[in-house]
Amino acid sequence: MYAFEIERPATIADAVAALQGDDAQALGGGQTLIPTLKARLAMPAKLVSLSGIGEMQGVCHSDDGALCIGGATTHATVATEAAAHYPALAALAAHIGDPAVRNRGTIGGSLANNDPSACYPAAALGSGAVIITNTRSIPADDYFQGMFTTALEDGEVITEVRLPVPETANYQKFVQPASRFALVGVFVAKFPDGVRVAVTGASENGVFRWTEAEAALSADFSAGALAGLGVSPDGMIADLHGSSAYRAHLVAVMTKRAVNAC
Amino acid sequence: MTKVTMTVNGKAVSGDVEGRTLLVDFLRSDLRLTGTHVGCDTSQCGACVVHVDGKAVKSCTMFAIEADGAEVATIEGQANADGSLNVIQQAFQDHHGLQCGFCTPGMVMSAAALLKENPTPSEAEIREYLEGNICRCTGYHNIVKAIMAASGQDVEVIAAE
Repeated sequence: MYAFEIERPATIADAVAALQGDDAQALGGGQTLIPTLKARLAMPAKLVSLSGIGEMQGVCHSDDGALCIGGATTHATVATEAAAHYPALAALAAHIGDPAVRNRGTIGGSLANNDPSACYPAAALGSGAVIITNTRSIPADDYFQGMFTTALEDGEVITEVRLPVPETANYQKFVQPASRFALVGVFVAKFPDGVRVAVTGASENGVFRWTEAEAALSADFSAGALAGLGVSPDGMIADLHGSSAYRAHLVAVMTKRAVNAC
Repeated sequence: MTKVTMTVNGKAVSGDVEGRTLLVDFLRSDLRLTGTHVGCDTSQCGACVVHVDGKAVKSCTMFAIEADGAEVATIEGQANADGSLNVIQQAFQDHHGLQCGFCTPGMVMSAAALLKENPTPSEAEIREYLEGNICRCTGYHNIVKAIMAASGQDVEVIAAE
């Protein structure tokens, strides 16, 4: 790693102030950023660790029944504390990485990084979440802007993620066994006003909504309603683990499995 | 350099570290607690697992500064007060849960974290919990047996292989 300064503020306000300088970068749980630093693929002058900010940790409920998760809340905490109210989300969190990674990695870090194969972007987009930062609230539909690209400005910090809780939901991940990221993952959530289907791991543009499946499932919430539907392999990721056609095929398979598991 | 203070295996310690100093390097190089190993250095193999405030973490993927004020437990603090092996360590010996031993500190620390969360795990739960701990010698079978035994359960439920 190149040398850098590191600060560990105790409040959001102090973190935002510390991030004002040139080449300052926020550090969530570090489970992606620290390996990136070791590979010298990033060279910030300063890291601002968010792990000491108590007001950004924990799971609670808003008055409208949404689940509110502090941006610095670890996957392990979500897996435990969201289990009673949003089991599909808790199950997703419980299968990110491995136990030690889940004890450090955070929801805000995952969403800020927006890895095209990460699990949390599918949950956020599939739930129609609102990403709350130190300056504004960003609907998930506007937040994800392509592989490793989000609506976040420099120095903006995800302080909270607010997820409406669906009537039923399920996440199906086809695991890439070496990395435990999603080769393809599909999050299906049924709300009173319709169904949302979010796909991760598949597209070169990162997480996306499969609107054709959403329309079919909103009319008839059954795996049978997906018969004949599929996504085009154009723009799907192709690597040594799977071709774009294979990933496109998996999108339909995992969506059906998610509906059947709801 | 920044001064960090933490409790390691019940003992207050402090030292001056750079921002980029990893917790594992502080433990190994500054405190000379070399039982915690660096295997892959990319947060995959789990040889560096220690407990920070009671939770298993990969100490190669956490900065020492982030453990400021924390309670850290390493393999060196696992033995009983009289120096004898604790129940997990003894089970690893009894069931031949190690061959070269390089991964063993991380395996023992992960096993301790698992048994704290889930005192009587099933074989499947043990195997799933060890997803982030890689062993290139044993084929895992005897490690799973050892953890099963350490939890006070019958190891015979694990089929002989």
